[in-house]
Amino acid sequence: MVTGLTVSERHMALFVLGALALAGLAMAVGGRGDPLAVHGYIVLAFSLGLGFVVLSALFAPEPPESRLSEYYDDPTRVGIILSLAWAVAGMFVGVWVAALLAWPELTFVDSAWASFGRLRPVHTSGVIFGFGGNALIATSFHVLQRTSRARLPDQFSPWFVLIGYNLFCLIAASGYLIGVTQSKEYAEPEWYADIWLVIVWVAYFVLYIRTLQRRKEPHIYVANWYYMAFILVVAVLHIVNNLAVPVTFGHAKSYSLFSGVQDAMTQWWYGHNAVAFFLTSGFLGMMYYYLPKRAGRPIFSYRLSIISFWGITFMYMWAGAHHLHYTALPQWVQTLGMTFSLVLLVPSWASAGNALATLNGAWHKVRDDATLRFMMVAAVFYGLSTFEGSFMAIRAVNSLSHYTDWTVGHVHAGALGWVAMITFGSLYALVPWMWKTERMYSPRLIELHFWLALAGTVVYVFAMWNSGIIQGLMWRTYNDSGTLAYSFIDSLVAMHPYYIARAFGGLLFLTGAVVCCVNVAMTIRMARHARKAEAGGDVPLYGQAGAAQAGE
Amino acid sequence: MATERHDPATGRLTTGHEWNGIEELETPIPRVVFFFLAVTTLFAIVYWILMPAWPVGVTYTKGLLGIDQRAVVTKQVEDAATARAAWTGRVTEASLADIAADPELMHHVRETGRTLFIDNCAACHGVRGTGGPGFPNLAAKAWLWGGDPDTIEETIRIGINGTSPDTRVSEMMAFGRGGILETDQVRAVAAYVRSLSNLPMGEADKTRIPAGKEIFAENCVACHGEDARGSTDAGAPNLTDAAWIYGSDAQTVFTTIYSGRQGHMPSWEGRLSPVDIKMLALYVGTLGAENP
Repeated sequence: MVTGLTVSERHMALFVLGALALAGLAMAVGGRGDPLAVHGYIVLAFSLGLGFVVLSALFAPEPPESRLSEYYDDPTRVGIILSLAWAVAGMFVGVWVAALLAWPELTFVDSAWASFGRLRPVHTSGVIFGFGGNALIATSFHVLQRTSRARLPDQFSPWFVLIGYNLFCLIAASGYLIGVTQSKEYAEPEWYADIWLVIVWVAYFVLYIRTLQRRKEPHIYVANWYYMAFILVVAVLHIVNNLAVPVTFGHAKSYSLFSGVQDAMTQWWYGHNAVAFFLTSGFLGMMYYYLPKRAGRPIFSYRLSIISFWGITFMYMWAGAHHLHYTALPQWVQTLGMTFSLVLLVPSWASAGNALATLNGAWHKVRDDATLRFMMVAAVFYGLSTFEGSFMAIRAVNSLSHYTDWTVGHVHAGALGWVAMITFGSLYALVPWMWKTERMYSPRLIELHFWLALAGTVVYVFAMWNSGIIQGLMWRTYNDSGTLAYSFIDSLVAMHPYYIARAFGGLLFLTGAVVCCVNVAMTIRMARHARKAEAGGDVPLYGQAGAAQAGE
Repeated sequence: MATERHDPATGRLTTGHEWNGIEELETPIPRVVFFFLAVTTLFAIVYWILMPAWPVGVTYTKGLLGIDQRAVVTKQVEDAATARAAWTGRVTEASLADIAADPELMHHVRETGRTLFIDNCAACHGVRGTGGPGFPNLAAKAWLWGGDPDTIEETIRIGINGTSPDTRVSEMMAFGRGGILETDQVRAVAAYVRSLSNLPMGEADKTRIPAGKEIFAENCVACHGEDARGSTDAGAPNLTDAAWIYGSDAQTVFTTIYSGRQGHMPSWEGRLSPVDIKMLALYVGTLGAENP
């Protein structure tokens, strides 16, 4: 793959990796005796390792000019694989922490890293940023080029974005295990990782804009609007919420610029919009390309997709305060958070409806094709969880649901039912296009994965709904003496069976992801064999584009 | 080059644009979308008028209903306290003996005491007060400091080796590690102590009992008493009964004598209200009686 880079791009890569290695060395030396040094060594090893990969192909000839008349998909292919690797790792840790909640005595290793508090962010970051983020980056490169009919402007920057982003994920996950966190949910990584992500993210946005500038289509397709909103707003959120002052440049620890209720509000403005622009906007971009493509149907309504886009973009910005109902946050802020969350339901359902109505005329395909069914179910869960979200944003409902497992159930209805389902559906559509095969290795395995994923999601979500509502009711039940009827432990005992069910549901979902990995690996193998058999590997990669790309 | 196309499945026109094979239909926005947009927006506006909503300079619109979450919760807490005062007042006034004799008050004490106990005490003493290694079994009634309600109330209030200036203080000395007794002597006295409760032991230990009895008389009676029945003044446990805080097996008894013990119970004064402590003292007395 390095041979696909031009010689000057290889030089550029070496230069950047060298600079990164120096930064890693500086961290390792300057942060002696601090977890920062561990991260310094990781950065150093990471950049040196990649440096050798680049060096090994440094003197290979220039790639042929003909590459410029093709799309550049190498980063997408690698992104897909990274995404699936993170999916399995992140979901495995998810099942692990779910099991820890059901059976706390499972903490079989008596060390800090194996405790629930350190493992949990590895799960959340692993699935959101590792799995979701890589899938977004990989699909965005694919969708962007296809809907713009333009090749990415260069071959270095997509790699910088993809690999740089994974370095961030690696720093984040390893940091949690060694105790590095700034204690902000979904924004746990410390200042140096945050600065690195800003650099990567700006490169991502510039790459996106440069490609759009080169587009051959008169209009920008709606999927690109969603992807751009995802990139732009996540940058804004990330920068603001992570404003912090390091103790010294030799320490991993930093202190946030905000404190008290301002800190809480900034954090949940970030947190909720991470849901909005990372887990919704970006994946809507995915949906707007792969769903109509797979269904072979036009988008139900262009206008609906446009007002939904602006509705979601405008309304979500206000909604974060609903995470802080009945807290020290002034009530007027809570009011705004709640009311905008309610109005937000309309563009959210409009998006879900637009997706489902697009399937009109293709429902027989939904029945027969598990890939398309993944996307259809994703749209349904998107509708369900946005309804639930608006409902839970109502103060009176929130007084019951807040701090309970209902929140956890809601998040997973969105994360498993919507985000993961649309991703798996899109990947099943994308993988055969990327590896030039007619179809996935096994449609039956896709079918199996679909039912595992759906069953896992339903078990998980129902378990948490039950557990959360029981919990909420037990916490607020008074006896006839006018004192609390249940102790906290009583509520734990009541939750136990649901925690077992939740771990089981998660296990089903993880199993599905493993099945997906097997299917993708076999598809890639199938593609290699086919290429070898055809021409002994002597045909340009895109030689049979006309035939194999027909579906695209 | 926009060329609209008729879509046979829906009967709609496309917008004429096409991206990599994807087209879009010219479907107008369904009315229901506007309807719900209007409904939710209207609700929001009405809610803003009634409730605290928009910032205005350094203040905010207070809303026509004049509702303030701080005032609401303060009132709710006050109302609940007033409703409870019917019986909490009597618990405050009455002596523990009088409360124990009043079935109606004891009903409230049991109901509230259970939640109080589990939320505050169960972490060490267990949900049913049965304790565990290192934490006394309260249901066994083997009281270290005395088991009448007033003494229990005092123990909860000031704690044992706690942070209160009045706290109860007690320590089992480290006879072995502290160099007071040789290892063999510790073994002997351990055998003697275990023999007091007729615990099963090997022949070797049986032969140590007489020597252990002598060592006991020289070193242990100050706290545990000549009859080894302990002392509630010193917080020294009765060694002749079936209750063991740390365990009755030979190794554990040896460790207890060799390395000493110093249990801690927090001073709850200041953390729990006097009424709560009173109810807990009574509730602890009922442990073991329920679910016999």
